[in-house]
Amino acid sequence: MRYWLIDCYTPHLKIVKLGLKTKASMLFNNVIVLSLNGVSQMNNLKQLRHYLLLPMLLFCQTASADFSFWNLRKGVTEISREVYDLHMLIFYICCVIGVIVFGAMIVSMILHRKSLGVKPATFHESTKLEVAWTIIPIVILIGMAVPATSTLRDMYEPGEPDLDVEVRGYQWKWQYTYLNDDPAKEIQFISALRTPQDEIQNRAGKGEHYLLDVDNPLVVPINKRIRFLITSNDVIHSFWVPDFAVKKDAIPGFVHESWAIVEEPGVYRGQCAELCGKDHGFMPIVVHAMEQEDYDNWVLEKQEEAAKVFEIVGKSWSTDELIEKGEEVYARNCVACHQTNGQGIPPAFPSLVGQGIPVGPIAEHIDILLYGRAGTAMQAFGQQLNAAEIAAVVTYTRNAWGNNMQDSVQPKEINVMMASQ
Amino acid sequence: MLEAQGKTRGVVKLTAIVVGMFAFGFMLVPLYDIVCEVTGFNGKTAGAYELSGKETVDESRLVTVQFLTNRNANMPWSFRPAIRSVKVIPGELNEANFFVRNETESTMVGKAIPSVTPFKAADFLHKTECFCFESQKLEKGEELNMPLRFIVDREIPKDVDRLTLSYTLYDITSSTQLAVR
Amino acid sequence: MNAVVEEHHDDHHDHGPAKGITRWLYTTNHKDIGTLYLWFSFAMFFVGGICALGIRAELFQPGLQIVQPELFNQLTTMHGLIMVFGAVMPAFVGLANWLVPMMIGAPDMALPRMNNYSFWILPFAFGMLISTFFMEGGAPNYGWTFYAPLSTEYAPPSVTFFIFAVHLMGISSIMGSINVIVTILNMRAPGMTLMQMPLFVWTWLITAYLLIAVMPVLAGVVTMMLMDIHFGTAFFSAAGGGDPVLFQHVFWFFGHPEVYIMILPAFGVVSAIIPTFARKKLFGYDSMVYATASIAFLSFIVWAHHMFTVGIPLAGELYFMYATMVIAVPTGVKVFNWVATMWQGSMTFETPMLFAIAFVILFTIGGFSGLMLSIVPADFQYHDTYFVVAHFHYVLVPGSIFSIMAAVYYWLPKWTGNMYDETLGKTHFWLSFIGVNVTFFPQHFIGLAGMPRRIPDYALQFADWNMISSCGAFLFGFSQLLFLFIILKCIRGGQKATERVWDGAKGLEWTIPSPAPYHTFSTPPKDMAEAHG
Repeated sequence: MRYWLIDCYTPHLKIVKLGLKTKASMLFNNVIVLSLNGVSQMNNLKQLRHYLLLPMLLFCQTASADFSFWNLRKGVTEISREVYDLHMLIFYICCVIGVIVFGAMIVSMILHRKSLGVKPATFHESTKLEVAWTIIPIVILIGMAVPATSTLRDMYEPGEPDLDVEVRGYQWKWQYTYLNDDPAKEIQFISALRTPQDEIQNRAGKGEHYLLDVDNPLVVPINKRIRFLITSNDVIHSFWVPDFAVKKDAIPGFVHESWAIVEEPGVYRGQCAELCGKDHGFMPIVVHAMEQEDYDNWVLEKQEEAAKVFEIVGKSWSTDELIEKGEEVYARNCVACHQTNGQGIPPAFPSLVGQGIPVGPIAEHIDILLYGRAGTAMQAFGQQLNAAEIAAVVTYTRNAWGNNMQDSVQPKEINVMMASQ
Repeated sequence: MLEAQGKTRGVVKLTAIVVGMFAFGFMLVPLYDIVCEVTGFNGKTAGAYELSGKETVDESRLVTVQFLTNRNANMPWSFRPAIRSVKVIPGELNEANFFVRNETESTMVGKAIPSVTPFKAADFLHKTECFCFESQKLEKGEELNMPLRFIVDREIPKDVDRLTLSYTLYDITSSTQLAVR
Repeated sequence: MNAVVEEHHDDHHDHGPAKGITRWLYTTNHKDIGTLYLWFSFAMFFVGGICALGIRAELFQPGLQIVQPELFNQLTTMHGLIMVFGAVMPAFVGLANWLVPMMIGAPDMALPRMNNYSFWILPFAFGMLISTFFMEGGAPNYGWTFYAPLSTEYAPPSVTFFIFAVHLMGISSIMGSINVIVTILNMRAPGMTLMQMPLFVWTWLITAYLLIAVMPVLAGVVTMMLMDIHFGTAFFSAAGGGDPVLFQHVFWFFGHPEVYIMILPAFGVVSAIIPTFARKKLFGYDSMVYATASIAFLSFIVWAHHMFTVGIPLAGELYFMYATMVIAVPTGVKVFNWVATMWQGSMTFETPMLFAIAFVILFTIGGFSGLMLSIVPADFQYHDTYFVVAHFHYVLVPGSIFSIMAAVYYWLPKWTGNMYDETLGKTHFWLSFIGVNVTFFPQHFIGLAGMPRRIPDYALQFADWNMISSCGAFLFGFSQLLFLFIILKCIRGGQKATERVWDGAKGLEWTIPSPAPYHTFSTPPKDMAEAHG
């Protein structure tokens, strides 16, 4: 329990550092950095101090707009800034109306009380007033609708994309495909949560990007129009990157599009925004925006990696190598349902220990991994993992938790089966 | 007495509204399909297009048509387009091929569902022949090249230079067996 | 004729309530049934509250501590379903049962036997719904909006029971609404015109029409789900030519009027309470009626504003944005009218008035966030975040639920014949007021900062506000035990209430003794000036 309390200061400290950019709050921030350092070696009593500090922290971080604890992010696209301005405009208008209405109520509550001996007035209608407070709101609403319409038009503005990325939602991860007319040059990978189960289950301290970290981020070049073609493989998900002001539902059977031109290099984090089942809270989106040159290098690297996988798949693996690799693959892809101890959460997610597929014929085991099982949550991992990973995880689960089947399968064999796909 | 009559009449009328609204709920289904077809809402495309012979081409521009394939849930078939994208002249008849193979040990029935983005382009993509008009029944290991013939209407809005046609392949084996029984 | 009525009337007086449990099982008396509805909704309020506290306990800190994700999703779903269909709606039906006949000078509801059925369906419906917690695969876990295909192809087996429960709730609501409409249209005291009815009766009349219009649509959508799951149709699956987005359209065609069903009677309650304690006639009665009717009408043509992110063509997004913004106009009229009623009144601040004033202020805050949500480009950032959670809890908790609490305090002396304990009532108000704001105000912040709704665990930057919100939730939740205590205490005894109870109270219900006799207005009242307040 105590671990996270220590760890969770990291983002706070970071914010404070961002805040330092603004001179006005510099002194203030230094004080807080010092106090926080004190707190981080805290005992339970000192936690309290932190919460007393909280309002101050919030106060000074409003000075730096990069990141916020309590407001929208301005983001890094022209659209996201327009949305931010629109949001603030509507918010201020609401504040003004609020001050007037609540002000009138408060004045009335102070002045017009029976205890002051006030005699009630007798008026109970006034056509003029009633017309006025019908017309004035309409005018205000038109004032809001005009900028809102123009921002929305900008969002729908068509344009020739520089990069097409197909975003496909799975329960509970994302798949990105960089479309290319040359199939050999297409990059495709799965992006899943990297936060270990130990952190989620409070067995280890929580890292800086707790729940917002993935194994393979989506990498995009800056200042290029990127078109996201969004779809889903199973249920409805929603692709949301707050810094781009992009949120679009991923709907099975349909493809929807959205776009962004990222202006600053950086790492931008979002999450799935539509309830999609058990691990809806555990499928973050991480976008790494970089200079064109860096992006080109990354693409080359990815393509080389693909070639290397080919090599890896081709070589002969020892059983130990397969089990070691398999444990890693299992931890990343299988634990969410089948659990670290293989016991699963029956009946939806069956146990793998001493029963069922892992202790049955190996061909069926490979089959269910490659093609999944219809009508259940078991996915077709042939679409998500490479041959080496499939071979490794099959071998691992057949020999873990006392299953002890003593058999294994080589990536090469899997590859033959997959090649027919 | 009068009051009792009024009550009965009220109950009858209100029950009629209830029944009517229940029916209306179901009517929303075809209504939605009509709205989708007319407006291209949600990227739905119309059924088979009859060539009228009066189609004219607009050689002044090219429109890129991009093909995406997706296998829903656990559909264990291979499914991919022969080419990722093609540039077409509006008004001209084009052909594209899609490859499909049943990777399982049993006979299965699949059906591809089309979807177009941007929505406003959906109405201007006419398919004269498409594998998505019917389902495909494949024996184990059987493969098939499936053709798609289409025309991009020359009336397609000027600002649409690129449209994406996506097919999602569904396993409908169980429902077709039901139909046979 | 007159003599016959008199005789009949006397005859009735001999029939007091039956004794024991059969009184409640077989009762056709509107007051008994109203009481049953109110207690049932109070019980459901606690069950839904336990779900909510489970959710807030899990969200107290980052990491998974108390409930695992599968159970968390069940809790969010059941919290929503139970609060909407089990707590708020039956509470308003209970108020309607108690008050509508007394306010219009009618002896009972028009269809007493049906009234009994429509209540007794509810315990079965909710018994079945809650029993799904103990079924294989657990309770519904797809959110109270149960979007397909998560609620069809991917649902736990208990979905069939969920569908049946929704059917039963729908039947109950529809029967209740038919009863309310027929009562109001046929049983008003002679001489009472529609425009002389108290606003609570007006708002309920309009609400009942909304219910009749949309509950069958809900029944339709769950029937389609049932057919998709068990009979091989494909309404919501693209494979068979259906569309998951269709589900959302049909659902929200029901869902948006549904949210007004939960707030219109609240408007009626507040419009009764504020004039009483301001000792001044309600400002703009006519415009209140028209505003209510136009809000009801608008509720049918704005449903897609819940679906801005599903991908709607530009023209569609613009239309639904404008239509939604227009709702602010009649709603604004109502708020301004309440403020004008308070203005230059002679106010006292008993518990019902405190709840009513809190209602106006906090509901307006919920209205502001609603206006922000209607702005499509901004909605892309707000949608499905805690900002939305904050918004609808502001209109539902300090909105609907505060109005129900205000109503209970306001009419409790009439129901029981005893005054409630004013000090305890005010304590309950302040605890609830603080609890609600501490719970839900920070949710605006975490929503804007980027926390999606319906997640059991969150990133570290959301930790502080979540902890505060959870503290507020526990404060609010446990304060309601005080509410229970106050009600029980008031039923058992206390200072005797007068006929009029409140010196500014106007309306027919205040002309009969306190507690209200088992049978009232067996002969219709004559003084219509009193009715209009």
